[in-house]
Amino acid sequence: MADQAYTLPIPVADEASQEFFDGAREGKLMLLRCTQCQRYRLPGRELCSDCWSTDTEWAQATGRGKLYTFGIMHQKYHPAFADMTPYNYALVELDEGPRLVTNIVECDDDDLRTDMPVEAVFDAVSDEATLIRFRPSE
Amino acid sequence: MTDDKDLRGATAVSGLGITEQGKVYGHSSSWFAAEAIRLALEDAGLEKSDVDGLLVSQGVAPLPGMGGVDLQSHLGMTNLRLLTGMQVGGATAATMIQYAALSVYHGLANHVVCIFADAPLREGRGGGGSYSGSGGAGYMPPGMSGLYTAFGMFGVNARYALAARRHMGMYGTTNDHFGAIAVGQRAWAAMNPAAQQREPITLSDYHASRWVAEPLHLLDCCLVSNGAVAVIVSSAEAARDLKQPPAYIWGMGQGHPGDLKRAGWDAETQTGAPIAKRRAFEMAGIDVGDIDVCQLYDCYTYTVLVTLEDYGFCEKGEGGPFVADGKLAPGGSLPTNTGGGQLSGFYMWGMTPIAEGIVQARGQGGERQAEKHDVVLVTGNGGILDHHSTLVLSPNRS
Ligand SMILES: [Zn+2]
Repeated sequence: MADQAYTLPIPVADEASQEFFDGAREGKLMLLRCTQCQRYRLPGRELCSDCWSTDTEWAQATGRGKLYTFGIMHQKYHPAFADMTPYNYALVELDEGPRLVTNIVECDDDDLRTDMPVEAVFDAVSDEATLIRFRPSE
Repeated sequence: MTDDKDLRGATAVSGLGITEQGKVYGHSSSWFAAEAIRLALEDAGLEKSDVDGLLVSQGVAPLPGMGGVDLQSHLGMTNLRLLTGMQVGGATAATMIQYAALSVYHGLANHVVCIFADAPLREGRGGGGSYSGSGGAGYMPPGMSGLYTAFGMFGVNARYALAARRHMGMYGTTNDHFGAIAVGQRAWAAMNPAAQQREPITLSDYHASRWVAEPLHLLDCCLVSNGAVAVIVSSAEAARDLKQPPAYIWGMGQGHPGDLKRAGWDAETQTGAPIAKRRAFEMAGIDVGDIDVCQLYDCYTYTVLVTLEDYGFCEKGEGGPFVADGKLAPGGSLPTNTGGGQLSGFYMWGMTPIAEGIVQARGQGGERQAEKHDVVLVTGNGGILDHHSTLVLSPNRS
């Protein structure tokens, strides 16, 4: 996708997710880890939903997980995606636990299976933004 | 704690008002709300001045005021002793009836109107967009929420497709299974003059309907409707003296598992029904085998399937084979969504199953009336299977 101008919507970091987006640009999948109970979570929630602690640190995830579930979008809900349908969208369950919304690449949609192992692909869609997509892995 | 034996059958639905549903244009949600409440009062034989409780739930087209409470002044209801707006998505309607019943039981109010109204449809514009959540070109919510937009995951259809796919992956559920639900409910709708979609369909029609978000076909998805439904809850004694046969409230419960978005949390294949059911069935003094008619929240065919599992009509994961023989359809052993449901009847969120539950409990279903209707199960579902509510209705006080 690097050759042509990227035409799909590009996300922007907010204060809570700055490290996540910065990490992606450097090829790292960054998660929050609760320093009280050690559970990982996605940025955006101030406290750990288990122990309610707000003590956290950023930790690099392995980038590996499994395809928890996926869908194939046919409906043209957004003008930027209108020429792309049908396309897949997915929830990947990271080895660390959290489930991340993404697309699966380097795989025919017909070959997608729940629970198949996947790994992160860092897709630099602009100078500022890198999207974390996933591809099948062993 | 209140003794279950006292609460069971102590309150009843005394009035039901259903406006015209579907592509009814030119009216606001407030207008629909007023119309449904007028119809419900007429149905019960009550006057506006008899109403001393009002619980309000709004859809995607907001009602005026904080959570819709300005309906009170809009309708000139000056005798209210109970008023609030409520929101747990599609689970709201049944929870409104629960709070109304508890309030009546404990003397906070005598006749509580529970109202849901919505008007998302505009003439000349498709209905699906009302719930797509894409925000249109140029819209990008900041932070992690933006990932949904970036990866093209828009709206409720996309989310339920994920849930359905997870179930298929875990248990081998197929589109044939989902299709059996769609076909059965359309057959029920054919017998409901108020249903939006009454043309019978076959399983091949189901498969031929376009994909929305795989694994969901168009015929897996609920309708979009303009309209309103009002339900009046009164004491059993008061309801008995009114115009309609009371639909007694035997049991109630809620379950709110939410969605933690992480490993070990099966939000896609587990609803709050097991939690809600325990209390509701205990109160009603029933077991799953006692249920004669089901009105299950059916925003998608899959929602029906997973709800049946979670009430224990079949084992977890067996919902597909369970529904495949058409037992939910007319003539089947478990009459379910007998008005056509949200898939083929009309989409008033949690009020769709409640309205038909009341009709069936009263025995007013006409051609589609279930022969045995002593115990009617009604369910609500909010979010993506995150919130669940249960009502058990009966034409019998005890
Ligand atoms: Zn913690």
